[in-house]
Amino acid sequence: MKKVISLIASIALLATTITGCGSSQKSVSTDGSTSMEKVIGVLSEAYSKQTGITVTYNPTGSSAGIKAVQDGSCDIGLSSRNLKQAEIDAGLQATILAYDGIAIIVNPQNTVSDLTITQIADIYTENIKNWSEVGGSNTEIVKIGREAGSGTRDGFETITGTSDKCLYRQELASTGDVIATVAGNPNAIGYASYASIKDTVKALSVNQVAPSETTIKSGTYEIQRPFVLVTKKDQKLSNEAQKFFDYMTSSNAKNLIAAAGVVAAN
Amino acid sequence: MKKKKIFEDIIHGIFLIIGLITVGCVLLITIYLIVSGIPAIRQIGLFNFLFGQKWDSTASEPSFGILPFILTSIYGTAGAILLGVPLGLFCAIYLAKCASKRFKIVLETLVSLMAGIPSVIYGLVGMLVLVPAIRNIFHLADGASLLAAIIVLAIMILPSIIKQAITALAAVPKEYEAASLALGATPIETYFRVSLPASKSGIAAAVVLGVGRAIGEAMAVMMVAGNVANMPSLFQSVRFLTTAVASEMSYSSGLQQQALFSIALVLFLFIMLINATLNFFLKRERKN
Repeated sequence: MKKVISLIASIALLATTITGCGSSQKSVSTDGSTSMEKVIGVLSEAYSKQTGITVTYNPTGSSAGIKAVQDGSCDIGLSSRNLKQAEIDAGLQATILAYDGIAIIVNPQNTVSDLTITQIADIYTENIKNWSEVGGSNTEIVKIGREAGSGTRDGFETITGTSDKCLYRQELASTGDVIATVAGNPNAIGYASYASIKDTVKALSVNQVAPSETTIKSGTYEIQRPFVLVTKKDQKLSNEAQKFFDYMTSSNAKNLIAAAGVVAAN
Repeated sequence: MKKKKIFEDIIHGIFLIIGLITVGCVLLITIYLIVSGIPAIRQIGLFNFLFGQKWDSTASEPSFGILPFILTSIYGTAGAILLGVPLGLFCAIYLAKCASKRFKIVLETLVSLMAGIPSVIYGLVGMLVLVPAIRNIFHLADGASLLAAIIVLAIMILPSIIKQAITALAAVPKEYEAASLALGATPIETYFRVSLPASKSGIAAAVVLGVGRAIGEAMAVMMVAGNVANMPSLFQSVRFLTTAVASEMSYSSGLQQQALFSIALVLFLFIMLINATLNFFLKRERKN
């Protein structure tokens, strides 16, 4: 009995050490924004398949990723916000990889078609509880959101300034669930990545600007944020890292980036 | 002759190894859960963890209280039992005692089919039919609620309750019922006054089996309950122990992830307790 347990344990241990070592050769390390997990995942998977170079990703958050580039503990930092002046002064350089547009969606039966960011923030913090207060029918607003830790939720709450203050009626674990729920309830409002919106729901314009690839890229649609690659200005990337960087910013990667639900910058 | 013996021994050895692998898996899961579940409880404090009323795992000042999840799981399971047991029990009595043979075969096949439907399908139907129905019937703004979860769970536990109860009822010695009938009791009186009491351990096991199934269900519940960490209330969006782990696991890190393991550990202890109760009832039935 004991022997078997120790055998299983040692096999498990061996397996982890083997996978742990595999990435030490010829690899590119990325570190940062948890929201960028999907886009980096798609890109690195396709890249590894092409070249055999592995790309590691450490989901620590934007600020931690930027700091990791500064320390030199990773090759490319990932940030889902623009660099602050202090960070640029510290010798860092930002290259925008893509824009993450977040559409505010309601049921097609809903007569409301435009909200301001303040109104959206008020709705999610329950300062506005009824659709009639924003020009709709006299029904309660049902706020649909994503689970804690979701990149879309993080983006939405950061942009609307409602971090930790949103009071949800439902917290769903996927974009598809949010869309299906909003499509099924005429009182509902929700948010989802622009790229995954379907016809079953209506995307609201925000401050009179409807979400589209053009308005998201130009920045006129306000509920959006850049996905930024952070590197050092005066220091060259390693050969492999530079190649991966070029691959990500090339036009070949555009479809992959779109597949991850965001709008490519190039 | 000797060849045959060696062959037998080899087969015996293979079966032994396969058996040990199963046992090893259970042990590995148990040890892993305990090892990865303890650190967060230590850091948060057992009392704050189990009796804290606020779960806010990604806030700048996170709080990790799982009382809402524990209560929701208990209320949800209790509600499902309250709805499911009478329904299942009457169905079982009908099938075991009253139904004609042909009808019984058809119904039993349907019940087995019901047991085989994946939980995500229960969830999907619940999400698309039940949730809007609850919204319309009770004039609510939104139908995703504890009530929706209870109804879905009640339906999901029906097959296990029915099957177990039929087995228990069928095991009642024919003489008991014959004696009751001979003394002038009607068939219905016999089923309720004689057959049911005689099979009560088996029926208790059926109930416990239902509890186990209900408390461990995640997917279907996640799709209809709304998943907000509120204290439970019938028409509010709620989060169960299972869904708390399932919904946040994919993006979690650090203390949040460890706390999810701790929730899993609590759930595991609940299930262990239920299994122990089940074994107790089943053993008692076998003695009878």
